[in-house]
Amino acid sequence: MTTHRTTAFLLSGSLFLGLALTANALSGPKIPQARGEKCVEPVEMMRRNHMEFLKHKRDATMRWGIRTEKHSLVGCIECHAAKGEDGKYIPVNDPDQACRSCHDYTAVTMDCFSCHATVPKEGAAPAGSKGDS
Amino acid sequence: MSSKKIVFLTIEGKSLGFYFLLGVFALMVLAGLGASYYMEHHGHVVTGMNNQIVWGMPHVFAVFLIVAASGALNVASISSAFGKVAYKPLARLSALLAITLLVGGLVVLVLDLGRPDRLIVAMTRYNFKSIFAWNIYLYIGFIGVVAAYLWMMFEQRMNRFTSAVGTFAFVWRFILTTGTGSIFGFIVARQAYDAALLAPTFVIMSLSFGTAVFILMLHFIYSMTGRELGDLLVGRLRNLLSIFVAAVFYMTLIFHLTNLYGTQHHGVERFLLLEGGVFTQVFWIGQIGIGTLAPLALFWLPGINKSRGSILLGSLMVVIGGLSQIFVIIIGAQAYPLTLFPGKTVSSSFFDGAINTYSPSLPEWVLGISGFGIALLATLIAIRVLPFLPQRLADAQTES
Amino acid sequence: MSTTKRPDNRGRRRFLTAAGGVTAVATIAPGVRLIQRVLAKEDDQAVSSAVRWGMLINTNKCATGCNDCVTACNSEHGLRDTGRPDTDPQWIRKVKLVDDQTGKETSLPMMCQHCEKPPCADVCPTGASFRRTDGVVLVDKHICIGCRYCMMACPYKARSFVHETLTDQRPWSPRGKGTVEACTFCVHRVDRGQQPACVEACAGADHGALVFGNLNDPKSEISKRAKAVSSRQIRADLDLNTGVRYEGV
Repeated sequence: MTTHRTTAFLLSGSLFLGLALTANALSGPKIPQARGEKCVEPVEMMRRNHMEFLKHKRDATMRWGIRTEKHSLVGCIECHAAKGEDGKYIPVNDPDQACRSCHDYTAVTMDCFSCHATVPKEGAAPAGSKGDS
Repeated sequence: MSSKKIVFLTIEGKSLGFYFLLGVFALMVLAGLGASYYMEHHGHVVTGMNNQIVWGMPHVFAVFLIVAASGALNVASISSAFGKVAYKPLARLSALLAITLLVGGLVVLVLDLGRPDRLIVAMTRYNFKSIFAWNIYLYIGFIGVVAAYLWMMFEQRMNRFTSAVGTFAFVWRFILTTGTGSIFGFIVARQAYDAALLAPTFVIMSLSFGTAVFILMLHFIYSMTGRELGDLLVGRLRNLLSIFVAAVFYMTLIFHLTNLYGTQHHGVERFLLLEGGVFTQVFWIGQIGIGTLAPLALFWLPGINKSRGSILLGSLMVVIGGLSQIFVIIIGAQAYPLTLFPGKTVSSSFFDGAINTYSPSLPEWVLGISGFGIALLATLIAIRVLPFLPQRLADAQTES
Repeated sequence: MSTTKRPDNRGRRRFLTAAGGVTAVATIAPGVRLIQRVLAKEDDQAVSSAVRWGMLINTNKCATGCNDCVTACNSEHGLRDTGRPDTDPQWIRKVKLVDDQTGKETSLPMMCQHCEKPPCADVCPTGASFRRTDGVVLVDKHICIGCRYCMMACPYKARSFVHETLTDQRPWSPRGKGTVEACTFCVHRVDRGQQPACVEACAGADHGALVFGNLNDPKSEISKRAKAVSSRQIRADLDLNTGVRYEGV
């Protein structure tokens, strides 16, 4: 009887430990808090469709010179890049940052940041501004 | 006439030699993949290629293999499209080499891309004004057409279509090599290109290189498997090759003579033929000496032209000469600066007006040579699995 | 060829044609202000073929030894000197010419000539090299496979291949390993009514050798000047109708 109880105890104990270890993965990616009031689209829609928005916007900008901020990658990064303790921006494709944490979790490769900037440009004119003319 | 019946057999593929070759070719392929990974990981900065010489050694090997591929089909074309029965026993190997050499060349070309991971983009998005885009269709289509051609030959029920499909494949390969030559011929920007002559020159180069590779492969497969290969057949192939070598020489001659007539091209001609350093040497020693005059002597001089050794050495020299020729065409042309301001001497931090130098790095050589590895490995496996080769090719079998 | 659809705002937005161009006071550099005509395009407006961007380069005003346009371009687009000149990209470069007969020296900037019929776009297998409807020739780096055929085909040696991994790119100028790049006429600035970085720098150095503007607008500074003085295209024999023209050479 005692052996059974010990076994059960040990089993449940190891099960608990196992759960605790995998909890990090099971609870989903940790995304740093973004700046700004709210996202340009509802969260659910962004989760599902952000890549389509980005792709559509990239072609509109590149081929047709449409420079609105909504759905632009620069716009995403302006809000979603977090600042480290040293006050400097952390690249959005660093581990546990906005883009990478989720993409690691879902095991989807990103092909944006071999070319695109990963932090907002300090002091740069915000996207969508008219410059100085 | 039963003794003349052709029996096709797979090679046994159990000997130590077979596995040794299999291993060597597989290692060549692996080395090529490793070289490509290294180049992609670090970027092309680890190669000798730069913003002046944008296409380098991988392209020389790739273009050679692609050109030789369409030429390797020549033997099969002579039998199917032109009805020369003597070549019929060789048609299967000829078609096989056409596919394997092409695959070898294409793999090298793809592995050298700046973004080989975007191969799917190259296969799904086309700019139909680009000769490159046409070539993607021509290459893929060629593999399909030749595969169908092989099926017609292998499957007895389909034999009656062999001639029709073979003729179609012949036309296709003609267009294909025209396309390959036009990659360079259509380039208006460069002094050494922009010539319609490049397309037919490539077609004739393909006949020469392809036949040379075919002779070498045929001999070595037969000698290694202990099968009989008659001198009559090899002699016919030698005669064919010698005509092709002479024809390539003629095309080269006309190309340079035309350029030499107009003052506009004197600069680039002086560079290639006289003052181009390594390019001049490769042209005279590699292309003309080793690739043209020596093989013609070996093939034509009575006394030595009958020996198998002469024919093999001559064929090997044609291959080396072919690589030399493509080296001069691709890299020599880039080494000579673009002429933006005729009559003026130009200089800049971006090497305007300067003769560009190129020193290929090890990974480029390895990637280029691995193209041969891919072709050889695929050929070896294919002849082990399917009956591509006649059991005997003694003279009695091949008399027509 | 391309799956890109023209954004459907053509009906709603009235494109500002030549008549709608506005005269604006632009701050070019600290202390330098000049009056110029710009086409004010709204951010949500698509570019249109009513505009043909071009540049007129007065080589007589282009100072030998001055490299300001190059420096400005490098800093605008984040082009860095790695000490490997063979592989470092250059979008604009100063070329020195010496006439073989007369010995006359000329200095001029050379870059993408933004051809109306660009050979790079002709040969590009995927359509990554393309000409925007307002005449700017660009590379769509999302579909560039890095084959470098465009570099073989460009008569001006205007293009560079990115040979190594880049970091810390400018947000407005994405650039990356394994793709080809070239002068963009600073579309990110031009789309907002600004001048390209090189033009601004040249004016800032008080040389004013570069005039940028709309070749389709007869009232623009560039059109007026191009009509008044004799200028030429480089390799005019190729009949590419370049957007960049040179005077004094």
